[in-house]
Amino acid sequence: MKSRSDFELSRRKLLAGSAASIALTAAPSIVSAQVPAVEAAVADVSAVWKVSFTVNGAARGLTLDPRTTLLDALREHLHLTGTKKGCDHGQCGACTVIVGGRRINSCMTLAVMHEGERITTVEGLGTPENMHPMQAAFVKDDGYQCGYCTPGQICSAVAVLDEIKAGIPSHVSADLNAPPQLSNSELRERMSGNICRCGAYSNIAEAISEVAGRPA
Amino acid sequence: MRFETPATINPIDQLKVVGKPADRIDGPLKTTGTARYAYEHHEGMPSPAYGYVIGSAIAKGRITGIDLTAAKSAPGVRAIVTADNAGKLGKGDRNTAKLLGGPDIEHYHQAIALVVADTFEQARAAAELVRVDYVRTDGAFDLAAVKDIAKPRAVFGGPADTAVGDFADAFAAAPVQLDASYTTPDQAHAMMEPHASIATWNGDKLTLWTSNQMIAWGVGEVAKTLDIPKENVRLISPFIGGGFGSKLFVRSDALLAALGARATGRPVKVALPRPFVFNNTTHRPATIQRIRIGATRDGKIAAIGHEEWSGNLPGGRPEGAVSQTRLLYAGANRMTATRLAELNLPEGNAMRAPGEASGMMALEIAVDEMAERLGMDPIEFRIINDTQVDPEKPERPFSQRRLTECLRTGAERFGWNKRNPQPGRVRDGRWLVGMGVAAAFRNNLLTKSAARVRLDNNGVVTVETDMTDIGTGSYTIIAQTAAEMMGVPMEKVVVRLGDSNFPVSSGSGGQWGGNNSTAGVYAACVKLREAVAQKLGFNSAEAEFADGEVRLGNRRVPLAQAAGDGGLRAEDGIEYGDIDKKYQQSTFGAHFVEVGVDAATAEIRVRRMLAVCAAGRILNPKTARSQVIGAMTMGVGAALMEELVVDERAGFFVNHDLAGYEVPVHADIPHQDAIFLDETDPMSSPMKAKGVAELGICGVAAAVANAAYNATGIRVRDYPITLDKLLEEMPDVG
Repeated sequence: MKSRSDFELSRRKLLAGSAASIALTAAPSIVSAQVPAVEAAVADVSAVWKVSFTVNGAARGLTLDPRTTLLDALREHLHLTGTKKGCDHGQCGACTVIVGGRRINSCMTLAVMHEGERITTVEGLGTPENMHPMQAAFVKDDGYQCGYCTPGQICSAVAVLDEIKAGIPSHVSADLNAPPQLSNSELRERMSGNICRCGAYSNIAEAISEVAGRPA
Repeated sequence: MRFETPATINPIDQLKVVGKPADRIDGPLKTTGTARYAYEHHEGMPSPAYGYVIGSAIAKGRITGIDLTAAKSAPGVRAIVTADNAGKLGKGDRNTAKLLGGPDIEHYHQAIALVVADTFEQARAAAELVRVDYVRTDGAFDLAAVKDIAKPRAVFGGPADTAVGDFADAFAAAPVQLDASYTTPDQAHAMMEPHASIATWNGDKLTLWTSNQMIAWGVGEVAKTLDIPKENVRLISPFIGGGFGSKLFVRSDALLAALGARATGRPVKVALPRPFVFNNTTHRPATIQRIRIGATRDGKIAAIGHEEWSGNLPGGRPEGAVSQTRLLYAGANRMTATRLAELNLPEGNAMRAPGEASGMMALEIAVDEMAERLGMDPIEFRIINDTQVDPEKPERPFSQRRLTECLRTGAERFGWNKRNPQPGRVRDGRWLVGMGVAAAFRNNLLTKSAARVRLDNNGVVTVETDMTDIGTGSYTIIAQTAAEMMGVPMEKVVVRLGDSNFPVSSGSGGQWGGNNSTAGVYAACVKLREAVAQKLGFNSAEAEFADGEVRLGNRRVPLAQAAGDGGLRAEDGIEYGDIDKKYQQSTFGAHFVEVGVDAATAEIRVRRMLAVCAAGRILNPKTARSQVIGAMTMGVGAALMEELVVDERAGFFVNHDLAGYEVPVHADIPHQDAIFLDETDPMSSPMKAKGVAELGICGVAAAVANAAYNATGIRVRDYPITLDKLLEEMPDVG
């Protein structure tokens, strides 16, 4: 174990003149733990920006606090809650949506940055009564358990097949100049930004491969 | 319905619907984004306010002052809840630390305030304006440092110390011995949906949409914490984005949403930010384990001893890693010891297969090591030491125990005979290749569970129970059970779960949900069959329910007609006598893993995985298989990457997000196979089923570790097995 007294010594050096009481700034969000409060942050920037985009084929106009992520615009303002918030900072993929044909993490982008763009969420791919082939394959192959990462997995999977078709290489593509193959390792590599803690990966691979028309 | 004697033939045995690999009935909702999780209920609710939680920046000490001035005047802020203004709060029995801390601080990121504002963005911004002063006091954060002052502590109903025969003498006298220590790190559930709740008050009645595995527990805890009658608390949790034990108990999101809603008079939504989840909620505690095995030269275990040290907050419980060692292998002389130290880290609590998951990580490496010392195949060593009775109480048999068959079946399917017992000898290009095996073991727990079933004049059967579906497939197996019992297709069954207005079920935890909740539905359906028969003047024992009809002799009445305009309803549950005292009920399996270890970099890749399970009747092979492969995936995480890193000075888990706490991703997991032995266990319930969800993780990590050893000849006893632990000793690259 590291010596406690070493630590106390270094703290004391750091906070010269501090009494027995050590004052720390609260850590309401981890990233800002050591950042002092900025008075200017009090200025009201709420609900003053307008943005229009197309979501699942329908034109939508919103007046938003500019700090609103695309994810929260979808979930809290349009009540399209199919897109999930798993980590809110681009580490899990649950919020994956397709914007202008490319998949993105909707938590990592502000809604107001998408003026005029075309956004597809899992709700736009299919409905319970009329599922997209990828959605149907996930049901057939049990490519999910709790279902929380599922919309992101499905949006990613649909986009992955398009990326491969469009010739976009990945980290595991052996030859950057050759068209990427729909191989096992390509699929698994490209899907690795979408975490499934229930561990349905093997089944998800089956489902995607089935839609892509190749064995997993 | 009392279940006191072994099940006999009953309508479930028809297996027209039960036992079939049906697609999940909630699948179309989950795959189209239309299943509503806790944070997603908007209908019929006035505009909600948003709460943002503030956590303690110290691990142990006291808050000396909170300055809310700037935050209160920030745009949109409606209320700030702290322990100062929340009113008197109790503490639920199932939480160790308070859900709202202050002024005393029990652990890092213990919730100390909730800022409620009109929007999420406003609440988050205002939370950053809250100033908190603390006095920090010293705490204990390093398990190894406090190991020697740990105290005996009972666990899961077992005593702190167990002893049979004379372990010390038998071990000392054994011609072949192993005495080795192992460590498992703190681990996080890291379920995909963070804890989240929406609270709304109607007068003195509270409704909480929350993400919770155990509805009735949650109601009791919320009522106790707020000091209001249970009748005034309603919990609704129809979909849960993963639990693994993290949602067995209500957490700060639920309590703070309730307090925020009370303070503002509006519905309040609170989700724990992901980087907050790891230190605010529970985790699987780290363990240090010592295992001693003494055997005769022909491989019979004469002495087996397992000691565990773990730490927890004052009032917390030990991990329970010795549990399986009391039951898994034969041996006349045995001992276990469980020691608990006080640590001021966040609360340790149940994570998927608490006890056995950690215990099997160590025990099944030890068994592999012992087999090697004996010069025996590790499968044969396990088989030689199989036991059909509780080794501590030989008069008490296992209800079913087919460990040997699991091992033999797996060996054949996996191609075990191709394994080179000499480690470090198999090469495939740049990869050193190894195979590993481990037994799987987890107890089957019986607990009462109730349900209500209704039959309407369209012949639709509706099942209501507060059972939860955390991804396990509860919706589907309950529908299969009701369909089988009432003689209707699954399409004619509606299942409603996760609402405290419904009868109290087993809930989801400890792999007890599948068997117990369906047995409760079975009991309710037996009653509904009686009500139908009685209405028609049929003898219910002779009436046949099939194809949407009830039949007796040449009389046939459609169920819809039998129900009539008023419909019929019945409510009952399953309760157990002492059948699980007379027979030890456990589930068994064998895990097989092949890994490749990069000869130059020591990177470990899992190449193949197989599990063979014997776990009673498998109610739905599709969803059960998913449970097992998912558990195997989590086991790979435990073996190769998962570790909450402790800052031993400041007392918190450093890697508290999904980038720092690594879990397996697509690229880490190969195709997986799971095989279920055809089995029914009439001692478990009328369903003759048992749990599989936790069996699936027990032993996996050790099988990976044993495969890595077989590949390299390097024995790592401290999880996770990362490449830095292999690199120095890697065989010369040929």
